[in-house]
Amino acid sequence: MTLGFTLAYLALIVLIPLTGLVWRSASLGWTGFWHVAVDPRTVNALKISFGTALVAALINVIFGVIVAWVLVRYRFRGRRVIDAIVDLPFALPTAVAGIALTSIYAKNGWIGHLLEPLGIKVAFTPVGITIALIFVGLPFVVRTVQPVMEEIRKEVEEAAATLGASRFQTITRVLLPGLQPAILTGFALAFARAVGEYGSVIFIAGNLPYVSEIAPLLIVIRLEEFDYAGATAIAAIMLLLSFAMLFIINLIQAWSRRRYGYGT
Amino acid sequence: MDVRVSGVRKEFDRFPALHDVSLDINSGELIALLGPSGSGKTTLLRLIAGLESPTEGKVYFGDEDASLKSVQERNVGFVFQHYALFRHMTVLDNVGFGLKVRPSTTRPSSDEIRRRSSELLDFVQLSGLEKRYPAQLSGGQRQRVALARAMAIEPRVLLLDEPFGALDAKVRKELRRWLREIHDKTKHTTVFVTHDQDEALELADRVVVMSQGRIEQIGTPDEVYDKPNSPFVYGFIGESSSVSVRVEHGQLFLAGHPLGITSDRGDGEGLLYFRPHDVELVDDTNECISGTIVASRRVGATRRVELQIDAEQRVEIGIDADYPAREKNRISFRPRHWRVFGKS
Repeated sequence: MTLGFTLAYLALIVLIPLTGLVWRSASLGWTGFWHVAVDPRTVNALKISFGTALVAALINVIFGVIVAWVLVRYRFRGRRVIDAIVDLPFALPTAVAGIALTSIYAKNGWIGHLLEPLGIKVAFTPVGITIALIFVGLPFVVRTVQPVMEEIRKEVEEAAATLGASRFQTITRVLLPGLQPAILTGFALAFARAVGEYGSVIFIAGNLPYVSEIAPLLIVIRLEEFDYAGATAIAAIMLLLSFAMLFIINLIQAWSRRRYGYGT
Repeated sequence: MDVRVSGVRKEFDRFPALHDVSLDINSGELIALLGPSGSGKTTLLRLIAGLESPTEGKVYFGDEDASLKSVQERNVGFVFQHYALFRHMTVLDNVGFGLKVRPSTTRPSSDEIRRRSSELLDFVQLSGLEKRYPAQLSGGQRQRVALARAMAIEPRVLLLDEPFGALDAKVRKELRRWLREIHDKTKHTTVFVTHDQDEALELADRVVVMSQGRIEQIGTPDEVYDKPNSPFVYGFIGESSSVSVRVEHGQLFLAGHPLGITSDRGDGEGLLYFRPHDVELVDDTNECISGTIVASRRVGATRRVELQIDAEQRVEIGIDADYPAREKNRISFRPRHWRVFGKS
């Protein structure tokens, strides 16, 4: 009963739309599909989407873990406020975030006008896209790592110290390996979210074809041209790539879970 | 390695956890720190390890002032109540961890580390489990791994914080005996913390009884059990009964009646402490404590009776199970061993 319900629900919400996507793009035929797939504009958009998403997710992993650590281990005034602020990117309409980031990083913005003389352009470049993606992805890492961190007893660190491990050795050999499955999950979530992100990116990206045009935007452009098959073809390629990456991450997860004996 | 704690005081946020504690531990000794929760026993252990630093006072390892050294440099083996094993490492890697993190100049080769780790696992009777992860072991097995891990660094002192506290009663008894055997073989200077008096008395060469951040008494299990030097120790270790008495010229009086026992305390009010089972019943109604039975319970091999000895006081004593103890009967007794303390 429960299984049946779960499967039916999954099929209705996830599988049927995805099948529709594949079905629709199949109407292009194999050559048509291939034509869309190797079109330089598509390739560039996909490169930018996956490239910026990857960089943003990596940066989020590093700083997300640090933020989670501070929130778990330190007691300071305003900790609860900061803890709540971490969730803001979840709640904020992404377009609002995009406009805010653009106005800050544009040539005449707060930060943009400081970077301008240094020759660093953020808005309307892949750097700007990455910043927007870091913004939307941060809570995914923090919120997956935080509960696991809370379970690490202080004693484990103390045990490492009595055995002669320096602080650095304790972090690299004891704490991080224990957090690795959670960090991977956080990375996967932040990455997946960043690949599909649209709202916050289109404002700061500037959307120059071949330079700062992301794949989701290209899909919208194709839709506006009433090229539904072309749009779904790009979508199907994204789906395939995302699926492959998530699958690999899950394999690593399963391997490390088996290795570390979790859940046995 | 001798360990000397000298005049140590520790405050947490101005809340005193230890007041002026001094303790000498001889090399090769097995010492129990015994006390109720909040008595400062774990704080004292952590101070010896270097996991806390004293507000005042010093800790010496041999002649060397260990207070100046960090935890890492002190080379102590510490075993935690909840094992604190590294869950992402195999049992063998857990045991070898302390050797692996040594700087390359003093680090044994990885083959040597593996050999020594499996030797230790053998020693704690866990051979065959090298490849398991901590999550796949029982509580007793985990604590053995923790002990092997602590011994792998050839510690100068072995410190155990309630090592059996998280285990069930049967395993606890087994491990207790086992720890004693290990200690007799290795002769590590060992300090363990416990709130279980049976554990302390059975296992330790000397017991340090602590209460409210102070050491109440240090002595062999026989000494602290037979000659408690404070009402607290009387009450905390074994069972005790107490009666409010008056001392006059070395004789004890209860409500004006002489009890036929003496004390070297000066004249005045005092509390007479004795073990409930360590009494002799007497017929003599003049020089003794007598009272009417108000309650009687069978406890194991003996019978416990509660006597009303004067208007306010009741006292519990242990008597033979076959003694005809009916309620309202009168019983007279005299403690065999006793001590009088001042009223606080």
